[in-house]
Amino acid sequence: MRIVIAEDSVLLRAGLIKLLETSGFEVAAAVGEAEGLLAAVREHRPDAAIVDVRMPPGFTDEGVRAALVMRRETPEVAVLLLSQYVEERYAADLLSTSTSGIGYLLKDRVADVSVFLDALRRVAAGGTALDPEVVSQLLLRRHRDPLDRLTPREKEVLALMAEGRSNAGIAAALVVSESAVAKHINGIFAKLDLPHAEGDHRRVLAVLRFLDGET
Amino acid sequence: MASIPAARHALAHAPWSPAAWRDTTFVASGVPLQFAGWAVLGSVWPFWTPVNVTPIMLVLAGSCAVTLLVLRPLTRWQRERCWAMLGLRIPPMPGFDDGRAWEVLRGLRKPEVWRVLRYHLIVGPLVAIGGLGTIGAWAGGVILACTGAYSWALPGTSPLSSVDKGHAVRAGVLSVVGVLLLIAAPWVAAGVRRLDVRAAVALLGPDRAAELERRVEDLVEKRASVVDAADIERRRIERDLHDGAQQRLVSLALNLGLARATLTGVPDEAMRVIVEAHEEAKEALTELRDLIRGLHPAVLEDRGLDAALSGIAARVPLEVRLRVEVEPRASSTVEAVAYFVVSEALTNVVKHARATAVDVAAIREGERLRLTVADDGAGGADPSRGTGLTGLARRVRSVDGTFRIVSPAGGPTTVTVELPCAL
Repeated sequence: MRIVIAEDSVLLRAGLIKLLETSGFEVAAAVGEAEGLLAAVREHRPDAAIVDVRMPPGFTDEGVRAALVMRRETPEVAVLLLSQYVEERYAADLLSTSTSGIGYLLKDRVADVSVFLDALRRVAAGGTALDPEVVSQLLLRRHRDPLDRLTPREKEVLALMAEGRSNAGIAAALVVSESAVAKHINGIFAKLDLPHAEGDHRRVLAVLRFLDGET
Repeated sequence: MASIPAARHALAHAPWSPAAWRDTTFVASGVPLQFAGWAVLGSVWPFWTPVNVTPIMLVLAGSCAVTLLVLRPLTRWQRERCWAMLGLRIPPMPGFDDGRAWEVLRGLRKPEVWRVLRYHLIVGPLVAIGGLGTIGAWAGGVILACTGAYSWALPGTSPLSSVDKGHAVRAGVLSVVGVLLLIAAPWVAAGVRRLDVRAAVALLGPDRAAELERRVEDLVEKRASVVDAADIERRRIERDLHDGAQQRLVSLALNLGLARATLTGVPDEAMRVIVEAHEEAKEALTELRDLIRGLHPAVLEDRGLDAALSGIAARVPLEVRLRVEVEPRASSTVEAVAYFVVSEALTNVVKHARATAVDVAAIREGERLRLTVADDGAGGADPSRGTGLTGLARRVRSVDGTFRIVSPAGGPTTVTVELPCAL
C-alpha cells in the first residue's frame, strides 16, 4: 500500500516512515508542508495520505484545507489527518462531503501502533476513522434531545459507530457478540429516527449527520 | 509666651525681612507681564483708529492673532518668574505647550488656550492692579514717612515749615500714616503674591481634572497592551511547546510503541520496561496536551469560542450541557479570557465539586459577554482559598469584567462572569 506523508516535524516524519516501512507500507513521498503534499499526491496517486493539520506557513489548519482540496481533486486518495488536538468543527468540515476514506485522529494515537495501523488500513480501504475524542465532542453538541432516550450501552455503540467501526469492530471493543451489536444498532436507528443504511460508511454518515444537527 | 509665634510671624513680615522683599520684587516684576496681554491687544489703536468696518475687523483680527501668538512666550516668562523668584515649578500644559508656535492660533477650541487667555487678559491684570497697589504702598509709605522730617528740615520761611503748629501736626500725622503703610506693605505684597501664585497655578499649569483624565486614558491603554502582551506570550508558549516538546514526545512514544510491537526475543524484564516507558510516554502526552490546550488553542482564533469550548467540554468526565451564542465574535483578547474562565471553572468543578452535571453558557448580550458555569455539586467554594478562583477573578478583572460566585454549602455552585466584548 502506497502512502504519502505530510508532517512538518522532521523527527515525527522519520518516525512515521520507519513505522510504515517496518509494517509493510510503501512511503511514496514525505513532505513538510501543504503545497508539497498536494504536488506529491498529484504525482504519486497514493492509496492514502497521512496529513498533519498544523503545518507551515500559518500553523493553524493548513492540513484540513489541503485535505478538502484533495477530496475535490483526487477523491480516490484516502486522507488520514493527524492533529495534536482534534476539533469537532474541522471534522464537520471534512465530513460534510462524504465519510469514505477519511480519518481524523489525535497524533498520540500513532503511539498505539496496531490501533493506528488498523485505522490507516480502514481509511485506505474507503472506511472512516474518527478519534473517540471528536466523537465525544460531537455527542456533546446534541444533548437534551433524542440522545437522552438511548441506554448507556446504546450510547457506547453509537460513539463507536461514529468513529467508523464495523459491527465486528464494535463487538470486539465492547466484548459482546456481533448479533448483540446489531440489535443495539437497530434500537439506536429506531430511537433516533435515522434512515436504515447499508454499508459502514453510509451508516457513519447517517450518524454524523444526526450528530451535526442536520438530520 | 503665646505671643512669641505671633511676634515671629510679624517679624517675618517686617518691612526689612527677606520675605517682604522677595514678595515685593515678585509682585512688582509681574506687573509689566500681566499688562502685556492688553498692551499687545490694544497696541495698534493709539496709532491708527480705522473708521470703516472692514479695516476695523482686520485690525481686530490682527491684534487677536498677535495676542494669541504671544501667549506662549508670556506664559513661559510667567512660569519662569515663579520658578526663579519663588522656586515654584508650574509644569507645562499638554495641549498648549506642545506643537508648533502658530498652532496656538487653531487652539480656540481648546480649553487650555482659554484658561491661559483668562490669566493674561482678566486675572493677570487684576493681580497687576494689586501689584501697583503694593508698589504704591511702599512708595507712599516712604514718602509720607519722610514728611515730618522734611517739614522739620524746611527753613522757617517756607509756608510748609513746621514752625506753623497746624503744619507740624499734619506732617506728624502723615508720617505716622507713612510708617503704617510701610508696615502694611509687606502684608499687601504677600497677599498679592498668594493671589498671583494661585491664579498662575490654576490657569497656567495643567488642569487637574484634565490631567487625571489623561492619566486614566494612558493607564487604560497601558493595561490593554499588558493584557495583549500576556496573551501573545501565552500563544508563543503554546506554539513553542507544540513545535518542541510535544513533537518529541509523540516521536518517543511512537518509537517505544514500535519497539513494543516489533521486538521479539527480548527478555521479559526488558519488555516490561519498554511497556512501562511506552505507557508513561502516552500519559505524559495527554498531560502535556491538556496543559497546552489550556493556554490558547489554535481553533479559538480560527473558529471562535463555540468551537474551542466544545473541545474542553468534551474532555470533562461529567455530563456537560454547552450553549454558546456569541455572534458577532468578541475581540480575541476577550475570547481568550472567556476560554480561560470556562476552562478553569470546569477544572475546578471536576476537582472539587463532586458534581454529576455542568451547564456552561456563553451568551452575548449587546456589548457584554456573559459566561455561566453552573454545577450540581457540593458547593462551599471559597474564592479566598485556592489559587484557581483567585486567578480566574484576576484575569477577568484585567479586561474590566465582573466575576461572581454563588456557592452555598451543600451546593449548587454558579460562577457568573461578564466581560466587555470589545477591548
